[in-house]
Parts: sequence; structure tokens; C-alpha cells
Amino acid sequence: MDAPQTIEKTNALEPLIYEISTPGRIGVNLPKCDVPESDLPTELMRDDLKLPEVSEMQVVRHFVRLSQLNHAIDTGFYPLGSCTMKYNPKINEDMARLPGFALLHPLTDTAGTQGALALMYDLQTWLAEIAGFAGVSLVPAAGAQGEFAGILMIRKYHLDRGDAQRTKILVPNSAHGTNPATVTMAGMEVIELPSDSDGNVDLDALKTVCTGELANQIAGMMITVPSTLGLFESHILEVVEAVHEAGGLMYMDGANMNALMGVVKPGELGFDVMHYNLHKTFSTPHGGGGPGCGAVGVAERLMDYRPGPVVEIIEPDDDAPLYGLVEPPKTIGKLKAFWGNFGMHIRAYAYIRAYGASGLKDVTRHAVLNANYVRAMLKDTYHLPYPRICGHEFVMEGRFSDVEDIHALDISKRLMDYGIHPPTNYFPLIVKEALLIEPTETETKQTLDEFINVMKTIAREAHETPDLLHEAPHVTPVRRLDEVKAAKQLVLCCAPVMKSH
Amino acid sequence: MNFPSDLKYAKSDEWVRIDGNTAVVGLSDYAQDALNDIVYVELPEVGDTFEKGAVFGSVESVKAASDIYLPVAGKVLEVNTRLEDEPELINSDPYGDGWLLKIELTSEADTSDLMSADDYAAYCEDR
Repeated sequence: MDAPQTIEKTNALEPLIYEISTPGRIGVNLPKCDVPESDLPTELMRDDLKLPEVSEMQVVRHFVRLSQLNHAIDTGFYPLGSCTMKYNPKINEDMARLPGFALLHPLTDTAGTQGALALMYDLQTWLAEIAGFAGVSLVPAAGAQGEFAGILMIRKYHLDRGDAQRTKILVPNSAHGTNPATVTMAGMEVIELPSDSDGNVDLDALKTVCTGELANQIAGMMITVPSTLGLFESHILEVVEAVHEAGGLMYMDGANMNALMGVVKPGELGFDVMHYNLHKTFSTPHGGGGPGCGAVGVAERLMDYRPGPVVEIIEPDDDAPLYGLVEPPKTIGKLKAFWGNFGMHIRAYAYIRAYGASGLKDVTRHAVLNANYVRAMLKDTYHLPYPRICGHEFVMEGRFSDVEDIHALDISKRLMDYGIHPPTNYFPLIVKEALLIEPTETETKQTLDEFINVMKTIAREAHETPDLLHEAPHVTPVRRLDEVKAAKQLVLCCAPVMKSH
Repeated sequence: MNFPSDLKYAKSDEWVRIDGNTAVVGLSDYAQDALNDIVYVELPEVGDTFEKGAVFGSVESVKAASDIYLPVAGKVLEVNTRLEDEPELINSDPYGDGWLLKIELTSEADTSDLMSADDYAAYCEDR
């Protein structure tokens, strides 16, 4: 493939919407108020609320242009490991926009929401079946909130049994950063476990902790399967057994369910609780396209602790059971207003219905096959620190022993010149110059081959014309950003820029 | 990589310069290089005391956030307040202006697990 080498801006940057504001211009005329007006509290009133004053056409063009500056799964390959940026089928969007769902008010009574509740009930049931759990709560609004719910359930379970001293959670050093953060948020403490040379949890280190003086303080363990190295934990049954024998519960971070769905059930491996990322595995929008849903699945002993409400059949009937929202008896409480991100429940439901049981199994098989294909094709060009069969993603090093000063960041930036979103870089932390690559199941062999060729081209450029990498990206709307300045000078909201004229 | 020979080094990449019953602590050249551009440092208060090996702060770079561990037990006498505005001093001068803490040793310093410059250089080489 020919490398784009011209250094020129292909797109003019879009101004801020405040910069195209003109005093007095109005985009929308609001209808006359048809209810009695009431005064707002004076302490909440202000007269300096600066909003952009623009026409509808200006708003449309502004945001369409911004969207055109963006890279998205709908415009290009997006192999962002650990994040499962899979294609979001458009049928999901159609279903979520059906007026019966889209216009439903969250406070509508049970009689008027039976269809929505039936959908949530079925989704709970299917997610439980997929991961081998006794029950599910759809409430958590994101993966991190699912983790938080899971650890709070584990904590409450121990407290109810009088095991108040169990305050420590084991976390492998390959974990997602959210795992130790969750433990701290829940008021508990992390014990970090090393990895062995194959990328598994160091079993000896685990057994030492689980049989040592801290054993009766272990509340549980958080582990991602496959790990963030994309590797299936070969000793997972021994890991589960060791923690259970110490009296701890097992939490699985389900971020990587795209390598297991339809093939392995975490509940059957002995896990007590897991969160699903509907915005990863079940194709609901991710990142800025969210919101997310970090539903939690639990084994029998944690059923009563689930965050509420959950949907249950409150009046059984073969033809038309009555569904209702129920708080589990020992619930950890509310995590979110109303009933979770219902729009995401609809999309995940549509996804599962569209694929069916055998289709979901195929999703997993293709995700794993695609990752292993790319891994095998690049293994002679880039160093693989863990040269094993991988799950849905794999990690390689973005550096070369015979070229000084080429980093994972340079390779990532150069990928943008070829219209490919960079993979996750510098994570997991235990791999030097890590590039974590996850192609997902929906990419064609042609796209994978194109990516492989680009990666090989970039490796050649790194040796022959390294400055091409150091100065990349060349053809994106903006060139390399100053990450240090961005991290140090936080400007978190856009101050209105009113022209002085 | 520069590893001054008058310092002791921890496996977790901190250095310590012991002088009588006080010591100065910082991050090694290897650590600052691996972290890349450092953008934020969180340090303890003067007067805080820490066990040997305890987390006393954290450092954030454009790549990662990491805990920092105290190589010997001690009570904080002074923190490097310049790092609040200029965390990049750790990158440019890890053994000088980029120091983190001055501590008073709360017991005789246990340095049995700390490495000499040569041993630390070999340890870094293997990673």
C-alpha cells in the first residue's frame, strides 16, 4: 500500500459553536407556556448565562462537520483492545426508536409498561443463561458501576455472616485499572498478585496468600477472563478453588466476554458474580455513543443482594404473566435513577434475538479466530511477549530491538495516517510499549489483511524513515497533540468566546 | 541510564540517599524514562509517618499512574513543593531537583533488600 506522505491539512478545523454565535439569532421558537408559571428561586437566577445564538442550519452543519472529523467504527477499522469496539448493528437502533419504547415515561405504572418489563425480564434471563448465573440485575450504568455493585454485594454478604474482617480483595497485576479503583471505592483494600511468565496469575503466590495469615481477611478476588493480555487463565479452576477455600468470593470482570460468549459459562467455573458490558459484548454503543450498561450476574448466594430494581413475574400466568419491578430483599441499594439505561437493554435484547444461541457462539469463534489470524501474521514482525493462542485480543510490543527511539505511541500515531484507529497502547502495564489489538468478529478477511499490511509497512518505515513515525500523524485534521500540556492544563469546559465586535 | 553509586535502589524503582538519621527519596532514571512525561505527583504531608515499603504517594504520566513506595521507614520532614507546578523536574533531573521527600528515619534503616547502583543497573537491564 502507498503511504500517504504529504504533510497537509485535509480538513479545515471547525470553529467552536460560540465563535459562530451572533447576538439575537434564534434557532428555535419555543411554544407558549400552557401551564401556570411559577417563580424560580431567586438564588438560582442569573443573567449572565451565555449560550451560543445560532440558527438551526448552523447547528446542523457544525455538528455534522465535527462528526466528519471523527473516526468511528462506522467509518473505519477500530482494533481497540480491551474495549471491544464492535460494530453496532443498525437494527438495534431501529428497535430502540420504536415509539412504544422511545416515548415511554419511566414513571408509567406497571400496567402500562408490561412490554418493556417483559423485555427486561427476558434480557435478565438470557444474560443469566449465557454466563451460567442464577440471576441478573440490569441496573448498573457502566462496567465500573457493575464492578462497584459486585464488590458491594461481596462485602454485604460477608457482613451478614459476621465476617466483618474480610476487607481485602486480590487483584492480579494485569487487571483493568478499574478493578483496584473499585476496591478502594468500596472501602476495601487491594492485595496485588504477580503474573507468571505465561501471563497467568502466579498460582504459587496466590496459594501463599490464601493459606497465609491474611486468609481470613480475604473478601474475594477480581479477575478478568481472558486476562487483559488476551490470554485464557489456564489454571482458572485452581484459582477459584484456592480463593473459595480461603472463604473469599470470586468476581469476574466480564469486559472480555467476547472471547467466551456461548462457549464458556463463568458461573460454571465457580464465579460468584460478574459484570457484563452490554456496550462491548452485546453491541450497544460505546464511548461517546453510550451510555453503557454494566449488568451484573450472580450465583445463588448473592441473589438477594442485587442492586434494585430487578424485574420479576409477580403474577404467574401461562399466557400473560404480570411483570413487576422488585427490590431484592437484602439489596445493596440504588445505583442509578429509575431502571438503568433502558435504551441499552433494548439494543442488547435485539442483538441477542438477531443472533440466537448458535449465532452468539459464532460471534465468539470469529472474534477469537480473527485475533489469532492477525497475531499469527504479525508475529515475525513485532515481538509477542506471550506467544500463546490468544482469546479475542492479543498484545505485542511496539518497539524494535534494532531501531532506537521508536515507541508504541509513534506506531499508533502513524496508523492514523492509514485511516486506522490506533490499538490501545501502554496497557496492560506489565508489557513494555504494549499495543493491545482486538479486531472483533465483524471484520472481513480483506480488512484484516489490509491492517496486517499496514502494520508491516509501518515496521519497514520505522527502520528506513523513522521520522515519518516520529512526526505522525500527517494527514489527520490536527497533527500530534501535546499530551503533557493536555494533562497539566485542564480546560474542562468551553468558556464562551464572544467576539468583541 | 544514569545510576549514581552513592544511592541505594528499591525493586520498585525508588532511590534513597541516607545521611545519618535522615534520608532523601526520589524516582530512578529508569522509572522516569519508563513513565515518560510526568504530569502530576501526589506527595504526603510533612509529619506523616510510613512503614518501610508503604505507599506514600503516586505519580502520573501521559502513559500511566503508579504508586510510589518508601524504601525505608520514616517520618516526612520536607516534600519537594516545586513538583506541584513542575513535575517534569523528575524527568529532567531525577536525582537532583526532582527529589520527592526528605525523611527522618524512625528506626535504623533496613537496607538489606535495597540494591547497589551496579546491581540495580543489571536488574533494569533484564527487564
